Amino acid sequence: MAKTVVIPSELDAAQRAENELLAEIAQYGYSEASQFAIKLAVEEALNNAIKHGNKFDDRRKVGLTFDISADRAIVTVRDEGGGFDPGHLPDPTSDENLEKPTGRGVMLMRAYMDEVSFNEKGNQVRLIKKNV
Amino acid sequence: MQQELPRLNISSEGGVTIVELTDRKILDELSISQIGERLQGLVAKEKDPKFILDFSSVAHMSSSALGMLITLHKRVREKNGQLRLSGIQPPIYEVFAITRLNEIFQICQSKEEALTTLS
Repeated sequence: MAKTVVIPSELDAAQRAENELLAEIAQYGYSEASQFAIKLAVEEALNNAIKHGNKFDDRRKVGLTFDISADRAIVTVRDEGGGFDPGHLPDPTSDENLEKPTGRGVMLMRAYMDEVSFNEKGNQVRLIKKNV
Repeated sequence: MQQELPRLNISSEGGVTIVELTDRKILDELSISQIGERLQGLVAKEKDPKFILDFSSVAHMSSSALGMLITLHKRVREKNGQLRLSGIQPPIYEVFAITRLNEIFQICQSKEEALTTLS
């Protein structure tokens, strides 16, 4: 059954929400590699929601929804910002971007999760990881 | 809830500053900027900075940590210094490889190996 946690746009609140999700993941026997991947991707998604989506505006919330079962984890992160176009992000692994300090979050989500999808507005991301 | 300062073990050997990141989750978002500031402060004090950052205790990290390391790397390079990363566990190394940052940083298996590479 899906569970939703709503947090303010604060990084320590995100950490607590993330820990709640990870505690549930741990109950289902996900491999260490999968747990690492989920933690990484969810942290990126939450950080993006707070920093870029909500711009640390404490009037805006972030919703973390997770539906965990033995065979897959579905995590959705939603912010209250204006959204963005994930289809036109610069490639952080290109030579000209390699030494930029930012811009790797979405790439890492895509690398570590089996499915990553955004809503049309771009203020919600859905991450799926299969337990293999 | 007050955030504790991230713990760093700092030592030196033969003119090389060795910084051990001692918490498993030290490279989470809250700690990163604090660590970055402390490390940049250490670099700024050195005329000829030679640094080893040891990750043996680090089990998780985020892209913000990579950004902090890139900025640190640039500061060291601006002073014609040298930076080595050591003790990176395989899952963390994979993050460096996926982002191609293993091509930017000199990564050694251990602090001892890193010391041998620093002139």
